[in-house]
Order: sequence, then C-alpha cells, then structure tokens
Amino acid sequence: MSFYVASSPHHHLRRSTADLMRLVLIAMIPGILAQWYFFGWGVILQLALAIAVALASEALCLLARDRAPSSGLRDYTAVVTAALLAVSIPPLAPWWIIVIGTLFSIVVVKHLFGGVGQNIFNPAMAGYVLLLISFPVQMTSWLPPSSLTELPGLWDSILVFLFGFTGEGFSLEQIRRVESGTLLDAIVMATPLDHIKTELAQGFTLSEAKSAPIFSGAAGMGWQWVNAAYLLGGLFLIQQRVITWHIPGALLGSLGLFALIGALIAPDHLPNVDIHLLSGATMLAAFFIATDPVSAATSTRGKLVYAGLIGVLIYVIRTWGGYPDAVAFAVLLANLCVPVIDQYTRPTVYGHREERS
Amino acid sequence: MSWIVGIAALSILALVAGLILGFAAVRFRVEGDPIVEQIDALLPQTQCGQCGYPGCRPYAQAIADGDELNKCPPGGQATIDKLADLLGREAKPLDAAHGNEDVKKVAVIREDECIGCTKCIQACPVDAIIGATKQMHTVIADECTGCDLCVEPCPVDCIDMLPVPEKPERWKWNLEQIPVAVLDATQASSSHSVSADEEHR
Amino acid sequence: MSSSASVNSNTVQLWSFPGGIHPPERKAPANETPIRRFPIAPELIVPLRQHIGALGELVVQVGDYVRKGQALTQPGIEHGLPVHAPTSGIIVEIGDFPLNHPSAMRGPGIRLRADGDDLWIDRHPLPNYQSSTRLQVLEHLHQYGIAGLGGAGFPTARKIASANGIDVLIINGVECEPYIAADDRLMREHADAIVRGTEALQWLTQAKRVVIAIEDNKPEAITAMQSAAQNATSSVIEVVVIPTKYPSGGERQLIQILTGKQVPAQGLPLDIGVLMHNTGTAFAVSRALEKGEPLIERVVTLTGEALATPCTAWVPLGTPVAYLLEQAGFTPERDQRVIMGGPMMGFTLPHLQVPVIKTTNCILAPTRTELPAAGPEMPCIRCGACADVCPASLLPQQLYWFAKSKDYDGLKTHHLPDCIECGACAYVCPSEIPLVQYYRQAKAEMREQAIEHQKAEIARQRFEARQARLEREKQERLERHRKAAEAREAALAAREQNTPAASEGDNDPVKAALARVKAKKAAAEGATTSSASSKDDQVAAAVARAKARKAAREAENQTSNTPAKPSAQNDAPRVEKPVSNKDQVAAAVARAKARKAARDAEKDKDS
Repeated sequence: MSFYVASSPHHHLRRSTADLMRLVLIAMIPGILAQWYFFGWGVILQLALAIAVALASEALCLLARDRAPSSGLRDYTAVVTAALLAVSIPPLAPWWIIVIGTLFSIVVVKHLFGGVGQNIFNPAMAGYVLLLISFPVQMTSWLPPSSLTELPGLWDSILVFLFGFTGEGFSLEQIRRVESGTLLDAIVMATPLDHIKTELAQGFTLSEAKSAPIFSGAAGMGWQWVNAAYLLGGLFLIQQRVITWHIPGALLGSLGLFALIGALIAPDHLPNVDIHLLSGATMLAAFFIATDPVSAATSTRGKLVYAGLIGVLIYVIRTWGGYPDAVAFAVLLANLCVPVIDQYTRPTVYGHREERS
Repeated sequence: MSWIVGIAALSILALVAGLILGFAAVRFRVEGDPIVEQIDALLPQTQCGQCGYPGCRPYAQAIADGDELNKCPPGGQATIDKLADLLGREAKPLDAAHGNEDVKKVAVIREDECIGCTKCIQACPVDAIIGATKQMHTVIADECTGCDLCVEPCPVDCIDMLPVPEKPERWKWNLEQIPVAVLDATQASSSHSVSADEEHR
Repeated sequence: MSSSASVNSNTVQLWSFPGGIHPPERKAPANETPIRRFPIAPELIVPLRQHIGALGELVVQVGDYVRKGQALTQPGIEHGLPVHAPTSGIIVEIGDFPLNHPSAMRGPGIRLRADGDDLWIDRHPLPNYQSSTRLQVLEHLHQYGIAGLGGAGFPTARKIASANGIDVLIINGVECEPYIAADDRLMREHADAIVRGTEALQWLTQAKRVVIAIEDNKPEAITAMQSAAQNATSSVIEVVVIPTKYPSGGERQLIQILTGKQVPAQGLPLDIGVLMHNTGTAFAVSRALEKGEPLIERVVTLTGEALATPCTAWVPLGTPVAYLLEQAGFTPERDQRVIMGGPMMGFTLPHLQVPVIKTTNCILAPTRTELPAAGPEMPCIRCGACADVCPASLLPQQLYWFAKSKDYDGLKTHHLPDCIECGACAYVCPSEIPLVQYYRQAKAEMREQAIEHQKAEIARQRFEARQARLEREKQERLERHRKAAEAREAALAAREQNTPAASEGDNDPVKAALARVKAKKAAAEGATTSSASSKDDQVAAAVARAKARKAAREAENQTSNTPAKPSAQNDAPRVEKPVSNKDQVAAAVARAKARKAARDAEKDKDS
C-alpha cells in the first residue's frame, strides 16, 4: 500500500479565507440594519445589486484569466467588496451608479492588478472614489434620517432606485427635502459632515451649524447610531480574531487626537472628537475598510503607521479638503504608502538584534 | 540688469553643483570588480572549454569583449540569465552548438582497466586526477567539475561520466518525486496506489 | 490542557518570544499510560548514521553474532559517533536501507536478525565519573553513542567538548509539539535518573546555573522533576515552569524565554554562554555512566486515531515503524498518513520499512478526520497572520513571494536562513499555502547554490594554480634549455682551449671508465627492454582494444543515423577477436583495422 506524502505542518487552523470573509459579512449586519432603519430600503437594494454584479463580474474575470470561477467565488472576497461599496453610497442613488462602481472595483482594481491578494488599492474605496469624482451630485444625495422625514417605502424605493421617481412622481430631490419650518432648502444637505462644511464655509460658527435639526444627537441624527452599529460589528471581528485592534485603534486614535487638538485650538471652527468619530464612515473605515488585509501594511508596527496615517489624512481632508468625507481618499493615499511602510517597519528578526541597534 | 543677475546666479549655482558632483565622484567612487571578474564569478568554473575558449576566465574575457552569453552548457539557462542581468544584454537560449544542459556528472576511472598513461592527468583542467606513470589513476570526486575533458584522451577508454549521486543532505524537498513504494499486500487493508503526483494534489 | 497554576512556583523571571500559536495539544491518551515495552522485532535495521556528523567505521561483518550493546561502528579517523546493536542476534545484511529521512532515500545500514535472547555484552559503567578527567568522561559518552534526542541528534560529547564554563545549562523538557508525550512520560517515570544525568552534564560543563524547563501543561512531570531536583546533591538545578505555547521548545525560543537573550543569527547558543540538552539525552547520559548501557533504545510516542492503543514505548533503535504500529493496533485508512515526528514539524513516511533512530520521538498515524489533509492552495490575501505568529519575527508572506519568484537575494535580505521551519505560519494561513514547503525548497536551493559557488571557486583556484604551474614549468624548461646550451657552448670553448693540454696525460683511464659505464648501461637496457616488451605489448593491446571499441561505437552511431555503408559495421566486430590474444602482430593488425574502420566511419560522416 502507499502512504500519503505531505509537507509539514500536518495540522492546520481550519479557518479559510472564506471563513474570514463570512465573518466580516456577519459583522456588517448591525451597521446595515442601522442604515436600513435610518435611511430606508435603499441600502438593501444597493447591496443586492452590488453583490449580484460583483459575483457575475468576478466569475467572468476568472474565466477570462483561465481560473476556475468556483474557487474564486467561494472565497467571498468579491461579496465583501460589493457590500462595502454598497453601504458607502447614498441609499437611493440610481442603479447604474452601483453597477459602474462595482464593475470598476472588481474588474479594474482587483483583477487587472492580478486578482485576490494582488491589488494595491482597496477595491471598494477605489470604486467609491471613481463614482464620487465622476458623479458628484448622485454621490452626495444622501437621504435625511427617518426621524426627520417620511422615507419612501420598499416599492417606492425600488422605483426611485430604478427610474428616479416614486409612484407619485416625486424625484429624489423632492424626497430629500425636509419640511421643517421656513428653511426649506437649508436642510437638503443631508449628511452632518456636509452640513458642517457648508455652514462653516458660509461663515457660520460650529455651534450655529450644529443647531440644525440633523444634529439633535451627539454627532448627527441617525449617523451616530450607524457608526455605533459598525463599531459593534468591529468589536465582534476583534473578538473573533479576524482583525487585530491595531488598525482600528491607530486610526481612531490618530483621528481623535487630531480632532481634539483642533477643537482645543479653534473650538468654534473645527468639529470636536465626537463628530469626527461618530459621523460619516469613520467606524466603517476603521473596522472594515482599513483592515482589508490585501491593501494594508503587513507587520504590526506597519499596521499602526498605516492606520495612523489614514486617521490623519481623514482629518486633514475633512477639514481642509473639497469633499465632506474623506475616508476613501485617505485609504487610497495610505494604500500608496504601504510598500514604503512595509519596507521600514520590518520587525527585527531573531538573532539580528545587534545589527539594528 | 536683471538678466545679468539671473545669468550670474544660474552660473554660480551650476558651478557649485558641478563642484559638488565632482567631489562626490572622487570621494564616493565605488571600487567595483572589473567586469571580467564579475563575469568570471558567474561562470560555473568547470573549465570544460565547451564554449570554445580554454577555460572559464578566457570566456569571461571574451564575453566582456562582446562575445555571446549563451555558450556555456554547464551553467545553463540560469547562468545565461545572470550574465544578461549583469551586462544588461538580452538573455538568449543556450546555443546548442556548444552542447546541451545536462545533469551534474563526475568522472570515474574504471581502475582495473587503467594503464597509467597520465594522459587524463594532463587533460584535467583542475588537477582532479591523481596517479603516476604506469600507476593506476583515480579521480578526486569532490574536485571534479564534470568537464568531460579527460574522457577523449584516454587510450583505453576507461573513464565514465556518471551522474552525481543524490544525497539526503542535498535533497531539495521534491515531495512529488518521492517514489511510492508498493509493499506486500499483507500490510495493505486497502491497496490504493496512486502516483505521488496525484497524492500531492 | 489541564494547565495548573499551582505547580508554577516560579521565582525566576521569564521572558517571552514574539508570535507562537496554541494548537490543540492532544497529548492524551498517549501520555496517560506508563511507558510500554513490546517484544523485540524479529529483524531490526540499524542505520549507520542516526545523527548529524561523520559516520563511524564499520567493525562487524555479515554473519557475525553480536550481543546487545555491542558496537557496530567505532569512531575511526573522522571521529564519527558509533552505533550499537540494539539486541543480540546475527547480522544478515550490510547495505543500503531506507533512511529515516523525508526523501525515503537509502543509506548505509545493518540488518540484524534478533535471536530473542537479548543478551547483553559486558557493560562498563563509569559511576564515579567525578574521579575521571573530563576528557575521559566525554570519550565514554562518545563511545556509548550518546546523541541529542530532542532535535537533530548532534553528538552530545562533541557538543559539550567546547562548552566548558558556560553560564546556563538548559535541560529541555518543554515538548511543545502537539501529540508528543515521550519526554512527559520519561520525566514522570525516571525523574531521578534525568536529574542525575543533568548533574553529570553540569559537572562536564561547569555551568553556573542549570534550568530544567517544562511547559505548564505537564503538571505531573513538573511535580516529579521538582521533587527529584530537591533530592539532588547539586543545588544549582532549578525546575522552571514555562507557559504553554508552540514553539516554546525550540532551542532559540526557549533560550529567549529563560534568559531574555537571543542567539545571534548563524551563531550557536554557546556564543551567549548557553548550552541546551534534551531530557532524554540527560537520561541517556545517566544510563551510560551508571549502567554502562549505550544509547540503543529510546521512548517513542505512538499516537493518532488510526491506532487502537496509543501509548509511549521503549523502542530499540532500528525497530521498523511497521512493526511498532502493528503492536499499537494500526488500522490504516485510504491515503493514510504516517508522520515521523509531531504534526507541526514531522515528515510523512512513504512506506513503513523505516527504522526508529536516535532522534525519533513520535510516530503519528492520524485519521483524516483528526488531521485533515491540506486543502488546495489559495492565493495569498496578505492578511499577515503568518507574520503575527512567526517566532523568529520573519515576514513569512514576503518570504513566500520571494520563494515563489526564486529571488534568492531577496530571501537572504529577509533572513530566510533564520526560519526554524516550525510551521506556525502555515498553520494559521487562511489560504492554506504550504509556506514551510516553499521555504524548505528555497533553502535547499540556496544551500545548493552556495555549495556550487564554493565548488566553482575552488575549481577556479585549482585551474589558475594549474595554469601558473604549467607556465612556471615552461619557463623553467626554457631556462634549463638555455643553461644547457650555454654550458654546451662553454664546454665546447673549454675543450677547444684544453685539447692540446688534455690529449697528453691520463685520458685513457677516463675513456676506459666511460666505456665501462656505457657497456653496463647497454646491458641493463637490453634486460629492461626484454622484460618491458611484454608489458608494452599489453599496453599496446589495451590501446588497440579501446580504439577498436571506439571505432565500433562510432560505426554503430553511423548506422543508427544512416543505414548506409555496412562495411564499417562489419569490420568492427571482426576486430575484436584477433585483439584478444596478446600477440603484438595481431595488435598491430587490429590497430590498422581500427584505423580503417574509423576512417570509414569518418567518411560516412562526411558523405
């Protein structure tokens, strides 16, 4: 008889890439539910279409590259990319937005760079940036949270998603309008960060900007809960050892630190820590986007540097940049720095201590 | 007037930069190996002469003077690639006119047939054969480069070029190449003999 | 698993090493029963090399009757480590046998048919070793074949020889790899002997501090060793309990845990004043000194769910694995793996005719559900989990890219040689990349390149030396010729000058003497030529034979290439016969014919 010849180790921690990605998707559920609660059915529709497009394009790319599509599809990486992109864009953005974004993420950013593990940039964020630059209007048309307005139902959401109008003929712009006293168009600005940016640009102080109804909570109605939900999911990932605390810790730490310094220097013009940490896509970025292993730095020290850099860049771009939120740009810029970070944060190998010092 | 200042400033800048560059060129000059040495270091040093030159060093000199890189069968494609890399030339496939890449071999003298003519000793480029006139000769296997040059001169044709035997110390972990031993059926509850290739996925 | 903090009475400071993993330990059930002893196998195969270093010289022959403990090899000129007969019996074969090596290559060994009596040879213990010199004791250990039982099997005496006056002697009872329980059982049952062996090692090394390190998942072994250490005469021995983490038992990792120091890369523990031995080695040392028993058996863990009765056992070295597994109730399944060593660093055996040697601590026969075979290799997602667990702080992922692209310079700058192949990286890899296999192959290739490079360097030097010598000889020859010519001219000139003077006197006796010498020389020459002629004939015949053979071969080549011209082919075989007698004429005929054949062949080639 013959025996099976194999290379050591013969034991393996049975946790595959697919398992990790499944856990990431599970961890996103609270955030998605929060988004659904505050912003309606749009996010679900976006998710469904994004995942469908991602799987189809992934399969086609693998076929074109002479790989077995089954193995590639089973690792769930395309699904995670699609999900991250879908939760990042406005819930009722037209359907072709998410299709273009997903296609770009999967085909160009991922597969043209060599597929899983080879992409320099985070595919979801590269797709997001492409969309943001190409379609700025659609990409900033966030809905006001449900507590401020009556959100369209599932059917109307589908109609808006596909055709741009509800059954009664309201356009997305009209839905976004919040009936709130006389200041009709002042509240069309949907996201808190966007709102602050505009107000500050118009010469208002921070406290004036924060008097808007959208700021009835700590860091923007709805948004703070969405962020809290992603934080919850992120803690689950850390508990499951899918990610380590280093990237989220360094990202939130550096962003918080800069926000604190800014708030101390100019309390009336620079938003405080709570707004920075709990609005926009901060928590999503810290726990789900920056932790994408492929495009992040490798070593522990490298991860700290990488995530710290993202935190700084988010703060800088949010404060002085042209766009209200900055996660995507910050992540892509940090992705660019990863090779350099990796080069200079190599741990000292056992037995080489003296050479370094 | 301002254009004079401009020209002067630029000239002074250029002068300073030039001085710095000149200083750096002298101060930080890299004492590299002469190119022939570097080429020679890449050649396998079998001294077999298959390239048409009497040894590796002369071939290194010839390459430096512009000869082709692909005339060294013992070095094979790996050496050609390294040479191409060093010299910034195009890596060509091995020139078959000079021989083909082969497994490493070592010369072995069938000692009972040796007549002690010393011809192989004279032919050996690395002095790896010992013996004396009318005495049996033998090859120092560790020093033999497998160059083949001793085979032709032997008048009684008693030198064989044998492949170097593989030793466990120098095994290269080719798990796929492990022969699967099929043992007697008494031990086998299910005699399932697949080839090693299949086994190792 | 049942790690108890109560036994951890550490007062010493411990350090930690980066990375590491906590795979399921699975030491039970093998560690739950006392060490067993099976009947001796009917036939044993004793490989001559069971350790790192030179082979001993064979001192027995086929057919010899040997007794248990009798030396089969002795150190010889290379001072190799001897191996001994594990039982009494008859040597039936000396040859190449499958080696205890993942490649399943064959190597020199001795097949011994046991007679079942198990008769000992006269044993010469050295109980009062303190009264001998250090060198005598080392020689005793060497003669008794003591080698490291934990790792690669380095000869113990050689290891100690250069370690006089070290700071720390570490006795490694960590046994961090899952499944393996050999040291655990040995410590539980033979703690006193281990401590006595440790004392001997301490005496030999004059170590200032002696540490017996045990992982906290072996509470029984810790208790046993602690009480044995308390009863010991030497007071420098301390039992240190370290936290369970794989690979704490790695030499370099354990040194870091216990001393906080790192062994320099490419260095030895001795460089920082540390020496490490396995508990099994300490036990073997005490046996060799107290009982005069050479290293002929060791404790082997037999475990895995394919065995009915997992256990530990005293196994005579040379016992085939097949026999051992049979004793433990082995029922193989399809694609059964049999692993020699543990699940992390062991290697699979292609067949079971491999013998147990000095370094075999475990034979693991897992079922597929217990240790599933590796899944397909997926692309790396750069998750960095491998870097997190690497105990050497390497970047396994970068090494993987380099190894895949065969970038050996990159591997060197990323310190691949410092990889200890512990397998932690491959254990955690979510893409199931066989990282260690990549590293091993790259290491082997790098080693091969280094050897080739060294050989090339030597060849170059020899070639240059030879060129220089030929040049020098040529110059000397020219010089000699020049001098001879000068001398001749001088002599000629002198003779011209001296002729008138010389012709008159005593030149007759000189001439006579010269004539005598010439005559003698001629006679001698005649004798030698007559005796040499037959030898010359032989040579000529041999030359002719070879030429004929060459011609025949060439002719054959011709015919295989082009089926034209049968003449050359017909000539060639006919040549053989006349040559075979040693007649000079026949040889000459053969030569001529051979030449003709060669010419014909040449013509064929040309046409």
